[in-house]
Order: sequence, then structure tokens, then C-alpha cells
Amino acid sequence: MTDKTENTSYKIIADWIEEKSSVLDLGCGGGELLSLLMERKNVKAIGIELSEQAIYKCVAKGISVVHENIENGLNGYADKSFDYVILYNTFQEIKNPAVVLGEALRVGKKVIVGFPNFAHWASRFQIFFNGRVPVTSSMPFQWYDTPNLHFLSILNFEDYCNIKKIKIEKFAFIGKSGSVKLLPNLFAEMGIFLVS
Amino acid sequence: MEKNSVGLVETKYFNFDELVLDSKEKLKPVTIAYETYGTLNKDKSNAILIEHALTGDSHAAGEHEDEDKPGWWDSMIGPGKAFDTEKYFVICSNVIGGCKGSTGPASINPKTGKTYGLSFPIITIADMVRAQKKLIDFLGIKKLLTVVGGSMGGMQVLQWLASYPGNLLSAIPIATTVKHSPQQIAFSEVGRQAVMSDPDWRNGNYYGASFPLRGLSVARMIGHITYMSDISMAEKFGRRSKEEKPVFKFEPSFEVEGYLKYRGDSFVKRFDANSYLYITKSLDLFDLAGEKKLHQVFAGIRAKLLILSFKSDWLYPSYQSKEIVKACKLAGVDATYCEIFSTYGHDAFLLEVEEETHLIKHFLEKVESEYDR
Repeated sequence: MTDKTENTSYKIIADWIEEKSSVLDLGCGGGELLSLLMERKNVKAIGIELSEQAIYKCVAKGISVVHENIENGLNGYADKSFDYVILYNTFQEIKNPAVVLGEALRVGKKVIVGFPNFAHWASRFQIFFNGRVPVTSSMPFQWYDTPNLHFLSILNFEDYCNIKKIKIEKFAFIGKSGSVKLLPNLFAEMGIFLVS
Repeated sequence: MEKNSVGLVETKYFNFDELVLDSKEKLKPVTIAYETYGTLNKDKSNAILIEHALTGDSHAAGEHEDEDKPGWWDSMIGPGKAFDTEKYFVICSNVIGGCKGSTGPASINPKTGKTYGLSFPIITIADMVRAQKKLIDFLGIKKLLTVVGGSMGGMQVLQWLASYPGNLLSAIPIATTVKHSPQQIAFSEVGRQAVMSDPDWRNGNYYGASFPLRGLSVARMIGHITYMSDISMAEKFGRRSKEEKPVFKFEPSFEVEGYLKYRGDSFVKRFDANSYLYITKSLDLFDLAGEKKLHQVFAGIRAKLLILSFKSDWLYPSYQSKEIVKACKLAGVDATYCEIFSTYGHDAFLLEVEEETHLIKHFLEKVESEYDR
């Protein structure tokens, strides 16, 4: 993913989040998003992260962070103990996204999910004409070194929310040059949803 | 002297009349040996209490005039270090039951005029902390910036949280647990049995006679095995031997054997066998939550926690730290947890200086920034 897409996404997420709310970021990396939210919205931030090196970065930013796997890290939290739970660019890398999303919806009043859209035209183009698994700016990995375990599109996620009766409150679709309004499943690189 | 050392230091002594123990017995009078580094600021808001482990003492940093080795956590305490003595006032005291200046089984029982020996009452981690609270009160400190320690030191940190949650802003329990597992109790007991089976132990009445050195030395050797990891032993000693060819005799020939013997022998010169019994017992008795749930103990705690464990530590494995993390989550306590990669085993808390320094420095800055608000 390009830095620009990430910046745009972070700004959208920051706009959605209420001032002084509590936020749990699952797979928070080095805490880039959380520190933006702390700065802009004065949130009470907690991250969960698997990478030890990323933990050091978070602590240097003054973020409270727990070093563990999010696939079993949520069972300690009480129901609805956070205003927001964020699953940004993590969702596609976990073994059981359905379980984690379910847990996120249990501990969070609202959940923000952001993931690269596998049905972006560039991916479709590469599969169709190259006959190879796509390598794009939002998924810059070869088949043998990708951390992505699940590939989903914007429509896939919407379908899933329909089946599971998950309410989509807000959504945003992001392409190379900012927000995508037209045919997002074709033109957006990232989909971000606020669900409850 | 090492650069960034706090320099020459002296142990101080604080005396008070009596301490009511968990056992309801009274210990009186009580002496606490302690050292301080750095300067206490005007509003007394920069104090850090360091808790030592099983065989540690109040000499955590700097050097004593008559010794060539610095304090046991000198790598972490000093100007510019994790516990920066330019900013913080650092306190470390010897636990009661110990043998490094605080009242313990080798002290004189004023009732009899003789050493306590086994007439010394059973003490608990909570008793140790109760005594430290008196020292902190004596120093005029209302709120500690943090309480920190590894292993048994970590237990004292957790006990501080439970006993005096309003008197600390943060806590850093390292490589520790809220209660010993059967395996940990088992290792303690083997150590105690080694001491007690030494004929020189004489039911604890060895003062003024020959000390149970063999027993205590074996106890320490067992301890050292549990403080290291399979990998760290392999790296440090391999199968290297003093002898070129394999010789069948029972004197230590493998390097690891020589090392353990050396460790055992040097330990008995500085530690009292009865203290070893009393303190290991206090570790085994420690059960922070008891009948309660741990998150109930933590309910309402406003202090921030930094919880650290080490990957190769099999004596205080990470799952025990994760139990603390889980209770914090349930109780809504602000906690950061990191399992630091290390091959040093339990000893890592004394050796992984760079990682600990990074985490602790930034954590304390955050705690301070919130204190100012």
C-alpha cells in the first residue's frame, strides 16, 4: 500500500472517531494510527501487536500495547469495553477473520475494518492477462512471501455483513488519488467500514 | 569506576519499633537497610522503588568503598540509564528476613539476646512490602513514580499494587508471577532440603559454629540451573572440559560443573542459610489473589503497568505474566506487555539491558507526563 492511501485512510478513520473515546487497535504495528488518533482526537488508546520490534515503537510513542496474538488476545476484555475496535490492514492476515471480527464486535461498541480490495481492476487485469497472482501497491507481495491468508473484495465484505446481520454504518473507498465514488469494487484499493 | 555510575554509595539504616506480620506475630524492633541514588525533588514526586530478587540486597547501584563489584542492577540505574539518577530518586531496600542489614533470622532476638535462627517468624511478601511502606513514609514520599523489580522483586511490585494502590503511579513487574506453580515450589523445596540436610545446619542453630555451607551451596547450584536456559548453558559452556581426554572421576571437569561449584562457593560467603529458607518460603506462600479472582484484586487500580517477560524463561514462564495482563484487561487497568526475545532464561531480567532500558525509559516518560497534567 502506498503511503498516500494509508494517510487518506488514517484521516478518514480519525474523522469517524469521536473525541476522547477509547480505542483498541488490533495489529497496531508501530502505533502510527493510534498516535494520530491520540493527537487528533485525544483518545484512550490500546494496541495489540504480535511483533516485538513494533512493541518498542509503540512504547516510544507513549502507547499502551500488549504483545500477543489477536486471535486469542481478546478473550480478556469485557463486553463493549471499547468505543471502537480497529482492524486495519490486519483482517486479511489472520487465520480466523470471522472469529476475530466476532470478538471485535463483542468488545467494541463499534468496529472499524479496513482491508485491501482484491477485486481492484489492477488485480483483475493481472490475473486475466498475466495469468499470475496479482502484485499491486496495496498487496505488494509474491504468492510465496505474502502475509495475506485471506483475499476479499469490498463486495465480499458487504455480503458477509448482510449474512451475519452486521450493520454497516459508514464506509469509504480509497484509490490512488483519494476517495473513490464510482464502482468502488473495481476502482478502490482499500475499503474501510464502520460496523456495529 | 564505570562511566555513568552513581559513584560511591553507602548503605543506610532505618529503624522502627514493630511490624505486625501476616502471621499476626510482631517483629520488633525492625531495621531496614536501604540505599538511595539521585536526589528527591521538592514535591517528592520523582521517587522510584527498586525491589530485589531472592538473593539480592539494597546495594542496587554504584560501588561500596571496600568492594570491587558494583550493585546488582548497576546497568539500569545511573545517570542517563533506564532509571536515570539525574531525574529520579531511586530507593532500594533489603527485604526483612534477609541477611544484608535488614532484620532477619541472623539478627539478634532482643527477647533472648541470641540470634533468632528458627525462632524468627514466618514472613510473607506482603510483610516485606509493609516494612517498605514504613520506609517510604519515613522518607516523606506520598506517591512513588514507580515500583519495579524482577522475579521475587516482581512479586513485591504486585503486592504494592494490591496493598497500596493509591501510593504509586505505575508499576513494572518483570519475569514474575502472582503465585508459584507446583514446579516453582518444588525447586524451592529442593533448595531448602539441601540446606536442612546439611548436618551443620543444626535446626538453624549454627551461628557461632560451622555454617551449613555445603547445603546452601547445593541450593544455589540448583537455583542457577533454573535461572539459565538450555541454550544459554550450551552457549556458555558447551561440553567443554578441563581434561583433554574423558576422565572418569567425580571432581568437576565439565566447565558447567566448575561454574556451578564456583557459584555455590561464592554464594555461601555472602548469604545466610536461614534467610534462604525464610525467603524461599515467602515466595512459595505468595498468592496475590488467594480466594479472590485476580481482576478483582486489580479493580480500581489507576496505576499504569509495564509487564515484562522473557521468551526463554522457563522458571517464570511468560504465561504467568500473561495472567497478569489478562487480569488488567478485565479490570480495565492500563497495561503494556512485552515478551522480550532472549536466550538467557530467567537471568534475562538482569542481562537484557538494552531492551529493558528502551521500554522502561519511555514508559516512565509517559507516566511522568500524565503526572504533570
